[in-house]
Amino acid sequence: MLLGEIVFSVNGAERCLAAGSTVADLLASLGLDARAVVIERNGTILRDRASFAKLELASDDSIEIVHFVGGG
Amino acid sequence: MTHAGLISPMTLADPQPLTIAGREFRSRLMVGTGKYASNAQMIEAIEASGAEVVTVAVRRVDLDRSKDEAILHHLDPDQYFLLANTAGCFNAADAIRYARLARAAGFNEWVKLEVIGDQQTLLPDTAGLLEATKTLVEEGFKVLAYTNEDLITALRLEDAGAVAVMPLASPIGSGLGMLNPYAIRTIKQRCTIPVIVDAGVGTASDACIVMEQGVDGILMNTGIAAAKEPVRMAVAMRSAVEAGRNAYLAGRMPKREVAVPSSPTTGMLGS
Repeated sequence: MLLGEIVFSVNGAERCLAAGSTVADLLASLGLDARAVVIERNGTILRDRASFAKLELASDDSIEIVHFVGGG
Repeated sequence: MTHAGLISPMTLADPQPLTIAGREFRSRLMVGTGKYASNAQMIEAIEASGAEVVTVAVRRVDLDRSKDEAILHHLDPDQYFLLANTAGCFNAADAIRYARLARAAGFNEWVKLEVIGDQQTLLPDTAGLLEATKTLVEEGFKVLAYTNEDLITALRLEDAGAVAVMPLASPIGSGLGMLNPYAIRTIKQRCTIPVIVDAGVGTASDACIVMEQGVDGILMNTGIAAAKEPVRMAVAMRSAVEAGRNAYLAGRMPKREVAVPSSPTTGMLGS
């Protein structure tokens, strides 16, 4: 970890971003459209997509990003 | 002489279209979206099936983008009713978590609830299923519960507030057809909520026989997706579901162990 970075997990893999990064920043860094995914942070679903731009990530956060895939 | 127009549309209409939790559906066939060779083939097969309810699964986004797994930009949510499943969940807590994630996607509060009890057979864990059903119903979900062909479990699920029970014809992906027609009929006779047979239908005759038991509908995935020509099989399944429904409504003739002539036995030459 570099100074000024936070380390957290996304879908089970470690990621790092600059301290102060928001959920919206994370989605942008991953190239994901907020409307096409559902995000769970430390076991809690983030229902309000409008809050993503204000919601800051913290070190050791556990983030899950899911979407719909084919299934029966 | 032509007989066109002799049969009124009223005669052929289903007197009771499929209605679940107060919502009417245009088809009794529901289809899954898994296992297709391509998204294009999937869409074509779904279109050919005439299905309105289409199931999807919830999974982690592949952050490496090695595969195009996302399904929503292929399925128009205005045209199809998306029914999320909890496939792959082996306990009530996981199934509840997946159901909540699916609802947060923002389409509807319906869930095809699966709590699997065994890796090899994928048979349902009925205790976990009941537990998860109770919790999700309390949270306002419309639960369609994937269950086995056990009457008592089906009744308990209805008591717990499920909006439909989905007994299996045979194990998921097996294509073995309906193994226990008596049990399926009994569940249909005793449950007030709709009975949608889910899993095990392998070909059109399987679907037809299932519908002839009087159940409200069928959900299938592998039976179409794993056919050599999925689109053609989707057409076959659509016809079979309609044929089976009509045969049920028409009421079949009684079976006899002796022959009964169809033509007059009098008026024969030389008599």
